[in-house]
Amino acid sequence: MKHVVSIEDLDNKRIMSLLKRASELLPIAEGKKKSDKLKGKILSTCFFEPSTRTRLSFESAMQRLGGSCIGFADPSATSHLKGETLSDAIRMVSGYSDAVVLRHPREGAAKLASEVSDVPIINGGDGAGHHPTQTLLDLFTIKEEIGKLENLKVGMIGDLRYGRTVHSLSQALDRFNTKLYFISPESLAMPDHVTDDLTNDWSTHQDLESILGELDVLYVTRIQKERFPDIEDYKRVAGAYRINSELLKNAKPKMRILHPLPRVDEISTDVDDTKHAAYFRQAFNGIPVRMALLEQLIGGK
Amino acid sequence: MSGNLLRVQPIRNGTVIDHIKAGRGKKVLDILSLSGSDTTISLLINVQSKIHKRKDIIKIEDRELNEVEIEKLALLSPDAIVNIIRNYAVAEKKVIKTPPFISEIVHCPNENCICNNERGVSTNFKLLSKDNLQIKCTYCGRKMEEDSITFI
Repeated sequence: MKHVVSIEDLDNKRIMSLLKRASELLPIAEGKKKSDKLKGKILSTCFFEPSTRTRLSFESAMQRLGGSCIGFADPSATSHLKGETLSDAIRMVSGYSDAVVLRHPREGAAKLASEVSDVPIINGGDGAGHHPTQTLLDLFTIKEEIGKLENLKVGMIGDLRYGRTVHSLSQALDRFNTKLYFISPESLAMPDHVTDDLTNDWSTHQDLESILGELDVLYVTRIQKERFPDIEDYKRVAGAYRINSELLKNAKPKMRILHPLPRVDEISTDVDDTKHAAYFRQAFNGIPVRMALLEQLIGGK
Repeated sequence: MSGNLLRVQPIRNGTVIDHIKAGRGKKVLDILSLSGSDTTISLLINVQSKIHKRKDIIKIEDRELNEVEIEKLALLSPDAIVNIIRNYAVAEKKVIKTPPFISEIVHCPNENCICNNERGVSTNFKLLSKDNLQIKCTYCGRKMEEDSITFI
C-alpha cells in the first residue's frame, strides 16, 4: 500500500505522472466536466488541528471525483480528549474509509498513522514536519506556468528558516536540477539540514534586486511577526522584503511569483494584475493535484 | 596482549569489552550504567593495540552484557568486541554490529515528536552513518550525531 507521508515517498516518475494527470483533470476540477471515478469511495479527513484550506480542498477534490467524505475539523469533537491515542483513532477510521487525510500538530504523526492503517494515509501536515500535497501543488504550478520543471532558476524569499513549505520544495526541486537562490535576512536563513542535502548549485542573498533578473520563479513566504521579539526589527525586515510592481520591471517577462497564501503585505496588491502573479492560480491548483493523488491511491490507477 | 594481562588480572567470569575506541571507555561505563553497580570493574584507557594504535578495554566481573547493552555499545564504539568469560576462558565472542534501525534505546530530542507524545510508541532511529555516527528519527526526521545522543 502506498502512503504519502512526505514528498520523499514519491519518486520523480510518480511525481511527473501525478502532475500530468492533474493537468488532464483540470476541466473536472473547475466543474466544467463531471466524473464518477471514485463513486462509492469514502475519504476520511481527520484534522487534529484546524486548516480550512487543506481540508476543504481535499473534500472538494474527493467530491469532484464522485466520492464522499467523512471526518472532523476539530479534535474537540472526538475521543481524542478522552485520551484515545492517535494509533487507536487511525485503526478505527481506516476501517470506515478508503483513505485517510491526517492533519496533526505533532511531527511524525502521519508516519505513525501509516504504521497502523489498513488504507492509504495522506499527510495533510504534521506540525513543523511534512506537507507533501502542498509541495506537489507548488511543483504543478511551476510546471503549468513555466512549461517545465527541469533546469530552472528559482528564488525563495522571506522566512526560509521556519517555513516548512520552502524546505520541502527546495528538496523536491533539487531533484529536477534546479538552481536555488535563497533570499532572506541572516536570522531567517535556510537551515543547514536543508542545504546539506542539496546536490545542485544554490546561493544565499541579502537582497532580491541583484538577482531578480535571473529568476524563472520567485517563491515568496510570509515573515511572521512572532519570530521577532522587537516589533521595530520586524517592520524593518518585512519592509525590506516587500515586492511591488515597480521592483518587477527588472524581472524576466515570463517570471512567475508563487506564494502559499495567506499573504499579509509581502506582495503589494499592485502585483496582482501583472502577468507575474501566479499565487491565486496556485491556490486553485490544490484541487486537481489532490484529485490526481486520490485517484491514484483509491481508484486503483 | 600479554603486557595488558600484567596490568590487570584475568577475570574468572564476566565480560571483557575489547577494542573500544580510545578515550570512549568512560562513556561506555556511564551509558551501560556500570559505574554504580557493585561488581568489580576495570577500565583500561589508551592501551596499545595492533589494529587502532590505542584502545580502551573494560573488564566486568560476574556479569554478562545483554543484547540491549550490546546495542548501545554498538552505537558508541562500533568496532568493539564483547568477550563473555566463563571460568577464565572466552566462552563466547560477540562481534557487535550497528543495527540499521535503533529502537527503544535512544531518546528523541524533539519534544514535539509524536514518539514523545503518544502512549505505547517507542522511539525508532535509522542509522545514516556508522563511522561518524549519525542517526535519524523515523518519525520526525530529527538527525543526531554522537555527541547529542541521549539514551533512555
